[in-house]
This record gives sequence, structure tokens and C-alpha cells, in this order.
Amino acid sequence: MALPELKQSTTAARLAALSLPEGGCLEVARRAALSRVQSMGLPDRRDEYWKYTRPDTLTAVEAPRAAVLEAGEAPMFAEFDRLKVVFVDGVFDAEASDDLALEGVTIERLSDLRSKDIHWAKDLYGVLEARGQSPVERPLAALNTAFAEDGVVIHVTGSPSKPINLIYVHDSDSSDAILHHVVKVDSGAEATILENGPAASRFNKAMEIDIADGGTLHLVRAQGRDHERRAATHLFARLGSESVFKSFTLTVNGVLTRNEAIVEFTGDDAVAHVAGACVGDGDFHHDDTVFITHDAVNCESRQVFKKVLRNGATGVFQGKILVKPGAQKTDGYQISQSLLLDDDSQFLAKPELEIYADDVACSHGSTSGAIDEDGLFYLRSRGVPEGEATDLMTLAFLAEAVQEIDSDEIAAEVNERLHGWLSRRR
Amino acid sequence: MAALDQFEAKEGVDQETVDAVREVSTYKYGWDTDIEMEYAPKGVNPDIVRLISGKNEEPEWMTEWRLQAFERWTGMKEPNWAMVNYPEINFQDQYYYARPKSMEVKPKSLDEVDPKLLATYEKLGIPLKEQLILAGVEGAEDAPTEGRKVAVDAVFDSVSVGTTFQKELREAGVIFCSISEAIREHPELVKKYLGSVVPVSDNFYATLNSAVFSDGSFVYVPPGVRCPMELSTYFRINAENTGQFERTLIIADKGSYVSYLEGCTAPQRDTAQLHAAVVEIIIEEDAEVKYSTVQNWFPGDENGKGGIYNFVTKRADCRGDRAKVMWTQVETGSAVTWKYPSCILRGDDSQGEFYSIAIANNYQQADTGTKMIHLGKNTKSRIVSKGISAGKAQNTYRGLVSMHPKAKNSRNYTQCDSLLIGDKCGAHTVPYIEVKNNSSRCEHEATTSKVDDDQLFYCRQRGMDEEEAVALVVNGFCKDVLQALPMEFAMEAQQLVAISLEGSVG
Repeated sequence: MALPELKQSTTAARLAALSLPEGGCLEVARRAALSRVQSMGLPDRRDEYWKYTRPDTLTAVEAPRAAVLEAGEAPMFAEFDRLKVVFVDGVFDAEASDDLALEGVTIERLSDLRSKDIHWAKDLYGVLEARGQSPVERPLAALNTAFAEDGVVIHVTGSPSKPINLIYVHDSDSSDAILHHVVKVDSGAEATILENGPAASRFNKAMEIDIADGGTLHLVRAQGRDHERRAATHLFARLGSESVFKSFTLTVNGVLTRNEAIVEFTGDDAVAHVAGACVGDGDFHHDDTVFITHDAVNCESRQVFKKVLRNGATGVFQGKILVKPGAQKTDGYQISQSLLLDDDSQFLAKPELEIYADDVACSHGSTSGAIDEDGLFYLRSRGVPEGEATDLMTLAFLAEAVQEIDSDEIAAEVNERLHGWLSRRR
Repeated sequence: MAALDQFEAKEGVDQETVDAVREVSTYKYGWDTDIEMEYAPKGVNPDIVRLISGKNEEPEWMTEWRLQAFERWTGMKEPNWAMVNYPEINFQDQYYYARPKSMEVKPKSLDEVDPKLLATYEKLGIPLKEQLILAGVEGAEDAPTEGRKVAVDAVFDSVSVGTTFQKELREAGVIFCSISEAIREHPELVKKYLGSVVPVSDNFYATLNSAVFSDGSFVYVPPGVRCPMELSTYFRINAENTGQFERTLIIADKGSYVSYLEGCTAPQRDTAQLHAAVVEIIIEEDAEVKYSTVQNWFPGDENGKGGIYNFVTKRADCRGDRAKVMWTQVETGSAVTWKYPSCILRGDDSQGEFYSIAIANNYQQADTGTKMIHLGKNTKSRIVSKGISAGKAQNTYRGLVSMHPKAKNSRNYTQCDSLLIGDKCGAHTVPYIEVKNNSSRCEHEATTSKVDDDQLFYCRQRGMDEEEAVALVVNGFCKDVLQALPMEFAMEAQQLVAISLEGSVG
């Protein structure tokens, strides 16, 4: 079917402003992704999948300007023993990064693949993204596959001693970054990846994760504080038998954030948890879009999303559990909740289930409301000042999502940041 | 259930039970009435619209209204977002108007109605005598006559063949007649309200309906009147290749109350038939309307052949403060169902409720749900939806709960449960939740599961066969909704639940 005229012209204009990186083993994948973008067209307001989030600034030729925030507090995870991989406005910074050698994992730059003809990443790059285009189209991810110049390819072969920390520094107020990472976790291997930082004025990031049988990956993201930044991220994960994938995303501020997570179970007995907590103020717009496909027996998926919104902030949740025929014994759980701290904020949700197998237990819940007056009264009657009591109640509300982080150390840091954000706004 | 023919009653099981089981084992409304019909030519165009309008002896403004709707419709596209698949409908290959020849001269009273028509309804269990109760309700004979009366408007293909208890209703001030009659007799009411809840250009099917609706029911309950009996419309599609487009308009004026029942059946045919109805309900201050539907259109055979395509737009507008509406539906029939009875909660403190059971078996597809649009302060809504899928059927709940910024202190509770019987069917939930103020509270929960093995085992251990056991468990699953139905319907619905799942076990 021919694309509507407006979509066609928006797509053509955006593509004309980009150039396809040439050479190397990824060229075929990039060209295929480009033709996917051309046939799908970039998203616009009329697309049902973008009903609650306006994609126009994400698809515009120029990235809208975003001021760089003077950091008042240390970046997250700074205290941890970690392997730093730093990107400034979407470009790898070798000086600021650590030596990429670490036992149990090999880390290479995506751009290095341009001079190689054979590489394991060739069989993954763009593959999970392409699988994730059906039944719902994700043109921004295909755009990423086609044009991403930088990123890392991480091959987890054992159990690295420390987490790998991808740090995204925002330096120029007009930067437009596209990053693409590929992560492969071998059978029985286990790693933790941390991500933090505002990245760029406009950030398009895709991460493809392939976890082999029995592999485990923990992913904790903190999306930066620069208020005017915009981000569209895609996470594609494919899980083998008995593998485990746990992802948690913390978002504070940001004028537009769209996080898509696309998880597919291809092996039996695997577990995937996708969680997120966000706190937003003012013209903050945050969209979590999750699509979990159960195509194997006895897998467990959990989606836990909590949003605290104030001063006209908007929270969006679009979640879906698809249980394919034969995916018996599936345990699917999905909860999306918002706490509206005032009357101007809004929460828009579309929690979906699509189920084609009978021996499954799937449930979802979605609630929205103000802070519980009784709880507040209880705390105040015991001498807790109102501001602190509200913070305490808010943290308690977010706790279910934060608890999805396995590491106590990381969870404590996340809680601390959340508490800081709340207390600054008392 | 062919085995039933050779079935011998076990000791202790009386013949009556066996007969009852045998009776409910198939789609029992699949026969047709051999009656001389008068058709308008196939297809839809301005001439057909004028012809329908002319047949109903409508005034000029109504014809104009229809023609405008038709004009709009030609520029519209069929919606494709629902999770239903069906071969493309050729809208020009349908009859848009069919009426029994004997109805050419409008009968003045029920005594003048063609006996064949009366017999049809008799056979459907809806005798158009001014009887006190609907047939089939146990113990009804002993029930007190007061409050047990049901007035019926019977629609056969494109025309209303008669409305019972008109006199008694008139005494109470209630107007209950066919919509074509209302257009002639009460143009001021129709003009004021028709299209005010479901605008002409609302959606593809509603617009088509606005252009070609042939008949339907009209209810007006004046201020402060509690309608003395339940009102009911019974729709029957009989003719082949004929679309039924009925229009229902219910107006509950200030402080009034009415309970309205709707039933529908069609003969068993191997070509699909179209049904696109519009129901509009206006509820003024302190008024209350209960609208209950048992939809039992022919669902197609077990190979998915034939059946009714049911594309219905139903909406209630709680205009006044403290207005209240309750939709209850049992959807067991139709090959394809596309139906979202909605509530616009405009008045402060108004309430909307939606109770639904949707059962899909064999190749049936149901995409149904509701919209609760909270506009007024302190408005409340409640959604309880039970979807049951069996065979190769697909069942989707699709709904919207919207809390407008001005709808302070509003409440919504939504519960969607799906039950899957067999591993070839599907159950889907697509809720939209939009909350735009913080004093409102919105709760949504949904579950999907199969018939619990332990429960089945318990029943079987006590001597029930598997099919009976499943029917019992399913009835329990639907209990919340069945309890919301008026008594007449609850009985029928309970039986329907069992029939619809026929052959889905094992």
C-alpha cells in the first residue's frame, strides 16, 4: 500500500539528511533496514501506535535544541567498580573510557566492523530489530539500524567481574545521536550492563540482545536529567531456554522519552522482567511501550511500570503480552500504575493481552489516582512533616518497580536519586 | 450432540430433562418462515434511500436527513482496526428493505396481523398476545401479575409488525412504538433527539444505518414516570441476503425509569447477512435506563459458513445530573460481532455500568467492549466483561475509559476476564485508559485463564459429564453478569451459555 503523502515527504526529508555508512560486513543489513524504513515510512500522529506520543520532533530533519544541564550532583553509578564506555553526543570517547579488556567479555566498537568482513555481530545486527517489526512497525528502530555509526558490540562469554557501564554524555545543545549496540550472551554466561546519561539533544538508540540457553543479563538504565532532551530507544531481546533477562529503567525529566522494549521467548522455561520507574515534572512526556511475545512453553514475563507525574506531566504506557499458539504454561504479568500529584498531569494507558493458548495465567492491572489521603494522614499524625510524608508515600509507590533490580547496591542508588528528585521539588 | 438422539435417560433422570437438553443442543432458531415478501431492489443509492423513506411515509425533513447521511457514507471507509476477519462485504449486493407483503396495509391492531407472522414469534417464544409474561420462565404462572408484564415491539426484517400493550403504556404517558410511527406521530421528539447521541457521521456503519434504517423502536418516558412494565424489542431477520438496519431511540425524561430488553435471532443460512443497528439513549436528570440484550443471531455453522455480521453502534448519553444507565449484554450469536455500547457521563454524579458476557465458539469472532467517557464531576462507571472462547473463535474486549480534566472525583472500575476452552481459540484485551485529572481513580484488571482442572474434576467426580461440568463452571464464571440481567433474560442467558459451548469440549 502506498504511504500517505505527508508520511512519504517526512520520511524522504529525514532520509535525505542522513548518509548510509558504507563498507564492512554490516552493509547488507543496513541496506535492508533502509528499505524497511522506506516501505514503512516514519511514524506520525495518525499511527495508532503513536496515539499518545507525538513523534514529529523525533522524525524532524533537525534535532530540536536542548540545553546541557550543569551537573549539580555526581553522575549515577560513579561510585561503582565498573568498566566505563563513554560516548559524547553519540561518539565513542576513547580517552574518557576504560580499557575495553575484561575477562569473560569482549567489547568492540561498532565502527570497527566497517573494516571487517566476518564478525559474529554480523549475524545479529538488525536481525532482532527486523523480527521486531511484526506485527507492529517500529520505523525509528529500522532507521537506527540503517544509519547508526557508533555503538558497541558486547560478547559475554563468561561472568565478568564488574558491570559494563555505558555512559552517554551530552555536550552540544544541538546534537543528534544514533547509537546501536549488539549484545550476545553465551550459554551459561552472566553480565550486568549499566547505562546512564542524557546522551544528546536527540537520541535514537537501539540495543539488540540475544541470550543463549541458560544465559543471564541484567540491564539497568538511568535516563539523564537534561530536561529538554528527547529520546527514542528500542530494546530487542531474544531469550533462549532457561535464560534470564532483567531490565530496569529509571527516567527523571526529559521533554520526550519513548522507550520501547520488544522481548521474544524462543526457548522454554525462560524469565524476562521489564520494569521502569519515572518521575516527571512540567512538560515531561514519558512513554513506555512494551511488547512481549511468548513463543515457548513455561516462560515467565513481568512488566512493572510506575509513573509519578506532576505539573502537567504526561505518562504513557502501552504494554502487550502476546501468547502464541502452543506457548502453554505461560505466566504473564503486567502492571502499570500512575500517581498523579496534581490535577494537570495525565496518564494514558493501553495494557493489552492477545492470547492463543489456553493453559496460561495472564493478568494485567492498571490504576491511576492521587496519593492516598489516609496514608498521608497516618504519617502526619505520627509527626512526619507533610512534604516528607508525601515523599515517603511516593517512594513506596515506586518501590515495586525498583525491587525488580536484583542488585541491592544499584537499587539503593536508584532510591537515593528518586528521593533527591522528590525532595528538591518539595 | 448427535449422540443425544440415541441417548437413553439414566435412571432417575426424567424425560423432561432429556427433552430440555435435546432442545438446547442446537441453534434452535435456525428455521425460516415461508412468507411472501416485498423487496426493494438490491443495492443502496439515493433512490433506495428515498424509497425506504417513502415506504415509511416519512416527512420531507427525514428524507433529507437520510440523504445527507448517505452522501456522507459514500465518502467513508469501512473500519479495519477490530480484530475480526471476514470476506469483503459487497454493500451493493444486499437487500436494504424487505417486508412481508401482508404488511403493505398497516394493521391497525395485533388482531389484523398476518397469522403467519404471529406464529413466527410464537415459535420464537415471543407470542405477540398481550400476555403477562414471556414464555419459558419457570414458575411464572404464580408470579404476581403486577410488574411482570413485558410490552413487545416485534421487528421482522425491515418492518415493525406490532407493538403490544400500547394502550396501557399510553395511560402511563409512555410512548412505545416503532420508530417509523414515531417519526409520523411525534416528529418534535424525533427531530430533537435523533442523531444527537450517535451523530450521522459517527462511524461507517452508523452512517449507513442513518441513511437506510427501516424500522426500530421508539421509547419516550415522560418526567417522573416509572415505566409500568419492561419494554422489549424482538428482532428477527428472515429474508435471505437482506441486511437489517434498525434504529432505536430511547428517551428517559427527568426522574423517569425504564428497563428495556432486546432479543434477536435469524434463520440458519449459508451466506452471511448484515446487521447494522444504532441505539441511542438519552437520559435526563435523575432518570435511569436499563438496557439488556441477548444477542443470538445465527453464528454460522461449525465450519464458519454463514452467520450474521453484527456491526452495532450503541450509546447512552447521561445528560442530566444523577442520570444512570446500565448496559447488560449476552453476546452468543453472530459470526462477527463489532459492538461497543458506550456511556457518556455528562451530568454530575451520573453513573454508567456495563456488564457483558461474550461467548464465541467454532469460527465466531467477537470484538466488543464499551466506552466510558467521564465528563461530569463525581461520575462513576463500572465495567465487568467476561469473554469466553472455544473452538477456533476469537474474542476481544476493546474498551475506553476516559476521565476528562473536569471530571473531578470520578471513579472507574474495570474487570475483564477471559476464559479459554481449547488451544485453538484466542482471547484478547485491548483497553484504553486515559486519566486527565488526579482526583479521579481508575482501576483496571484483566485475567486470562482456562477452565480450572480442579473444578472440572470436582464436578465430574460427582457424576456430571464433561460438557455439563464445563457449562457449570462457565456459568459460575459469568455469574456477576448473569445476576445483572432481568429475570426473563437471566434464564435464557444461562441456557444460552451452555448451548453456545456445545461441542467445545474433548
